[in-house]
Amino acid sequence: MTRGIDILVVEPDPTRARAVADALTADGGCRVVILADVSSLARRIAEMNPDVVLIDMENPSRDVIEDLSLAAGPKERAVALFAPGGDTALMRAAIEAGVSAYVAEGVRPEVLRPVIDLAIAQFGQMQRLRTELEATRRALEERKLIDRAKGILMRARGLSEDEAYALLRKTAMDQKKRLAEVAAALVTAAGLLG
Amino acid sequence: MSGLAIRAAYVPLVDAAPLIVARELGFAADEGLVLDLAQARSWASLRDLLAAGAVDAAHMLAPMAVARAMGLGPALPPVEVLMILSQGGQAVGAAEALAQRVAGLTEPAPLARAIRAAGPARLRVGVPFPFSTHALLMTRWLGDDIDIRTVPPPLMAQALEAGEIDLFCVGEPWGSVAERQGLGRILLPGRAIWAAAAEKVLAVRSGWAESAPDTARALMRAVWRAGRWLDLPANRSMAAEILARPEFLSLPPEVIDRALTGGLGGAGRFVTFHEGAATFPWKSLGGLIAALLARRHGLPEGPAVMAGSAVFRTDLYRLHLREAGADLPGASQKIEGTLSHPTAVASERGTMILGPDRFFDGWIFDPLDG
Repeated sequence: MTRGIDILVVEPDPTRARAVADALTADGGCRVVILADVSSLARRIAEMNPDVVLIDMENPSRDVIEDLSLAAGPKERAVALFAPGGDTALMRAAIEAGVSAYVAEGVRPEVLRPVIDLAIAQFGQMQRLRTELEATRRALEERKLIDRAKGILMRARGLSEDEAYALLRKTAMDQKKRLAEVAAALVTAAGLLG
Repeated sequence: MSGLAIRAAYVPLVDAAPLIVARELGFAADEGLVLDLAQARSWASLRDLLAAGAVDAAHMLAPMAVARAMGLGPALPPVEVLMILSQGGQAVGAAEALAQRVAGLTEPAPLARAIRAAGPARLRVGVPFPFSTHALLMTRWLGDDIDIRTVPPPLMAQALEAGEIDLFCVGEPWGSVAERQGLGRILLPGRAIWAAAAEKVLAVRSGWAESAPDTARALMRAVWRAGRWLDLPANRSMAAEILARPEFLSLPPEVIDRALTGGLGGAGRFVTFHEGAATFPWKSLGGLIAALLARRHGLPEGPAVMAGSAVFRTDLYRLHLREAGADLPGASQKIEGTLSHPTAVASERGTMILGPDRFFDGWIFDPLDG
């Protein structure tokens, strides 16, 4: 094994950051630094000068790193997205996993590939977890919205809870809309009418 | 129903309105198009989604498409511009301390001189992305010797608070957010610097529009009609309601309403989605953006202008929007920066009135020069 590479993981959540770091260090002598605070991100990356920067696709601070791709002059990129050459299949796998990787020029592909694969696996797991959490949160919010809409109908039209729900459902079916959408429209309208 | 479908990416900003409205108000459905929207949290992620084929169209900063054509930034598949989505919408401002030292000035030229005199020797300017209309406006206004720094719009107020930037140029409502927190003040709308400041474009991978002509046509028609709807003042509050929803911008509707109508004052509209042939992707506009980028990044202007003009697809705009009712200009290029007032020009239907396109300092870009 040749000299390990330096990897910077930009991740505010310590548990996630640790999971990625552990996977990368366990498997081949990479040196991993975790950066949780994204203020002055570009300057701190420039100081640390890592070979690879890994950052969540969903992190808005990702754009800050783009500055570095211009730092050395427009044609000699200090960092590039993935390996020079732009492997679209690899990139797509990374996007699905929710990770973006910036790689310094000159990092050899045979060293880089396993790092990226590991990162994709780790971030992919987080992505699934987050999608599940998001689905649960959304379901809860929709439930609350439907309850409010039911309440409005019960008061305005003197319906029972079951009748109010049935009316919402029927309206949604007639309009080919989701129940939550109809409920949201009713709650908004009721808010406007006071 | 012809069963067309497309997935398009957008960044949650007010000027993603044409795509969101095209979907939510049924303009896409009217064209037989199922328009699926994917939200990106950064411009880099949006660009990657489009490059990797995870989406087929995107709401993109106009200079991003031109930069790619010029070979600036990561080596990803090239993109093309089908139409302009919006003009204007930028708020230019200063950190509170600097704003106080230039208070009372409202004209761009004297304001620039005052900022130069009052600010540090090398001004640090926060913009949303290295390749953005915001960055080009600020260098055009203040000169090349400024430090352009990327700051994600929701973090602009924080960057002011931390003293990391002296000035900012950002899409609303993020300038107003900083102002309300007492961290900075809005000095000008972007349009005071360049009246026709092209902001976002509808971008696709090069060659995609030819490979899926029916989908491209349906998408362009739906977005064009959404833009026309958005520019009717009576529709703005409904547009704000739609954009405000949690699945889109997730901000209070009144904040979005102010961003759309531009509570910023100044003559003319703050942001335009349709009027004054705002959606026509003039080749000269691609050339102008390329010329500004070339100057900023030290590249020769001639090849840049060629590359930038080529990715603005006036031919597809003509092909797909003629029947939808879009008026089409006789030419595909114009000398940029000469119009101070709305001006009638030769067009197929004879109804085309171009909006003002002047720069604050009278700079003119002639695509046939050089």
